[in-house]
Amino acid sequence: MSAGVAIDLRAARYRIRHRVLIGALAATACLAALLAAGLDAASAGAAAVLLSVLAAALSGPLLGPGPESRQRFEATAIGVMGGLSALSALVTFGIVIALFFESARFFSLTPIGDFLGGTVWSPQMAIRADQVGAAGAFGVLPLVTGTLLITIIAMLVAGPIGVLSAIYLNAYANPARRDAYKVALELLAGVPTVVYGFFALLMVGPFFAGAAQGIARLFGAEIAVSAQNALAAGFVMGVMIIPFVSSLADDVVSAIPASLREGGLALGATKSETYLGIILPAAAPGLIAALMLAVSRAIGETMIVVMAASRTANLTFNPLERVTTMTVQIVALLTGDQEFDSPKTLAAFALGLVLFFATLALNLAALFAARRFRLRYE
Amino acid sequence: MSRKSQRRRRFAERAFRAVATGALVFAAGMFLLLCAGIAALGAEAFLRHEARLEIALDAAVLGVSAQASAAELGTADFRAAVRRAVAEAAAPAADTVSEIELNALISPGAEFALADALSRNSGLLGRSITIDAPLSDAADRYLKESPDARGYARLSAAQQDVIAALKAKGRLSRAFNADFFASGDSSYPELAGVAAGFVGSMFSVGVAILIALPLGVATAVFLEEFAPKNALVDFLEININNLAAVPSIIFGLLGLVVFIIALGMPRSAPIVGGLVLALMTLPTIIIVTRSSLQALPSSLKEGALALGASKLDAVLNPLLPAAAPGIATGVIIGVARALGETAPLILIGMVAFVATPPLNPLEPSSALPVLVYLWAESPETAFAEKTAGAIILLLVLLIVLNGLAAAIRRRANVYRR
Repeated sequence: MSAGVAIDLRAARYRIRHRVLIGALAATACLAALLAAGLDAASAGAAAVLLSVLAAALSGPLLGPGPESRQRFEATAIGVMGGLSALSALVTFGIVIALFFESARFFSLTPIGDFLGGTVWSPQMAIRADQVGAAGAFGVLPLVTGTLLITIIAMLVAGPIGVLSAIYLNAYANPARRDAYKVALELLAGVPTVVYGFFALLMVGPFFAGAAQGIARLFGAEIAVSAQNALAAGFVMGVMIIPFVSSLADDVVSAIPASLREGGLALGATKSETYLGIILPAAAPGLIAALMLAVSRAIGETMIVVMAASRTANLTFNPLERVTTMTVQIVALLTGDQEFDSPKTLAAFALGLVLFFATLALNLAALFAARRFRLRYE
Repeated sequence: MSRKSQRRRRFAERAFRAVATGALVFAAGMFLLLCAGIAALGAEAFLRHEARLEIALDAAVLGVSAQASAAELGTADFRAAVRRAVAEAAAPAADTVSEIELNALISPGAEFALADALSRNSGLLGRSITIDAPLSDAADRYLKESPDARGYARLSAAQQDVIAALKAKGRLSRAFNADFFASGDSSYPELAGVAAGFVGSMFSVGVAILIALPLGVATAVFLEEFAPKNALVDFLEININNLAAVPSIIFGLLGLVVFIIALGMPRSAPIVGGLVLALMTLPTIIIVTRSSLQALPSSLKEGALALGASKLDAVLNPLLPAAAPGIATGVIIGVARALGETAPLILIGMVAFVATPPLNPLEPSSALPVLVYLWAESPETAFAEKTAGAIILLLVLLIVLNGLAAAIRRRANVYRR
């Protein structure tokens, strides 16, 4: 008797819980749909509350007493969750379609060959149609070289320092110190990039410019170095990426089986010999994956270069010159008021498309390299 | 021979260790340098210099009639009243200073305060009131940088004499700059504050969490507990891992095309910013939720199933609550990242000049990190300290969030492997 009551109570509790769940799911879906449709927040919220109450009230038949209805409920709930997880795929499709669509409009105004092969980037549109250069020039090459130059400088800083600090953590640091470093790294990785941009703009840029001029003066040469030089932007970007590389490399190095390390040490090798001769080669695929992810981040990084690099394109590999990057140009083209159908704004989407596929290739390559590395050692 | 090689090996070991240590020291050193630079600059943003002025609200000076209406008071020349008060307070040093030079010493904030006081109580006309008027950015920087130095470029010698006279009479004080926290953006650095950006950030991040949390947890639970092993699910997984590494600016472009151009949502509104940030935080929340579900001991789920719970019930009761601390940590880290994100917000127009905090997520707004960008780009040197001040506020928020995440992780490590 009392067992029956307990089971009934339990069933009732389940039903209540399921109704609440249905209500919450309905509210979320409705809110997302209405907001996406451009309704204002207050009425969308009211509609969502109404719908969720309705859904919870009307879900009775779905939740009826028999075991079939419960199975039906579970199947529905799991189906809804499956549908929600498809949304993440929708984001990627959204990115690709939106960028393709807008880029296609851009390429109908500017030939794709001029974009990919052009060496001059000057999107400034003339005010009058009959002025010289009224169409603007959209050659992407100076932006690609600028992005590469800054990325290379960043990786020259972040690569060795990140990997070496990960090795230090694994080889030499005691557990307490290791924990402290890990916390510090996490904090560092959370510093917004706009803060690094300010650091580059106000401190590192002027410092590097002054230092370069001072060194040139030692050799009797007078050179003009802008505070917005590629070296400063790349250096600060490297500093920003250090914690990223360091924590990824640390994961990779600590995933190497202890037997490899212990075998090396047991044979009489020093720690440096063990790490350089055994661990590093074993970890190489994982480390390469980590560095590829870091390059992907550097290419897509925006705020540091928006603040510390130049806005004028310059086809050069001299790190003391001013260069610009793809991300800087996207921001430059899309800030301020302008109509969304001039080649100037549409060019930003073409740059976005290039950027998306460049980082996609790097991310996928890194993902597969990391998978193979994990398969080997797990 | 062998001893020599031993020595070489020992040297190599020591050199390697030194290089590895050096790498860590370099990383730490750069961080300390960054912190020190920002702290030194930003500390001044929280203080400003004010002058205690006794201002006579004389109708003749203000250029209005003695029984002026509210509309007439709107045209009153408060600047003249402030100028006269400064001249009296700093007499006789102020005698040789031109009107323009006097104007440049006191912030327009004094005039706004007077107008405000009069509009609230018109009986003040004809009487005099004492206010602490904020100094202009030039005078404030002068006092902060070189209080005793001569030849400060932005103030003339006569202006510096006025400041010195005010100081000698004990009129100047260094006060807490409440405007920095309470006001919106302003083109006068001494009056600019972070309130509008802060509220905008809170709205954006709030919207982002409302959307990304349920979506992310549902996706993670589905992929971890219910999804069949097939190519489609494999694709979803790769897709999520890639999304986590897509540059943030791409999300900004997506938001611009989908939400603003295609769906016609308002530009510069925190709701659009929140939607974009939600899409960016989604992969983080999914990945973290999955890994905290994976970290649970399998006995938990098996026990529930053995007691007759269905798979969904097992997920809802023992699994999700047990994974909650891990999920919370991930959400907090996602929030922290969203709070510092700048580039996508710039693209959707949250760079507008916003003087008053928005009242709801649909009003045009700025965001805290965008404010940092805007101020860092402005030519006035006084904005440099404001920028650093806003950065300090942002970093304090982030440290609090990270500390919260660490505390949750430490207290709830029951199921830690």
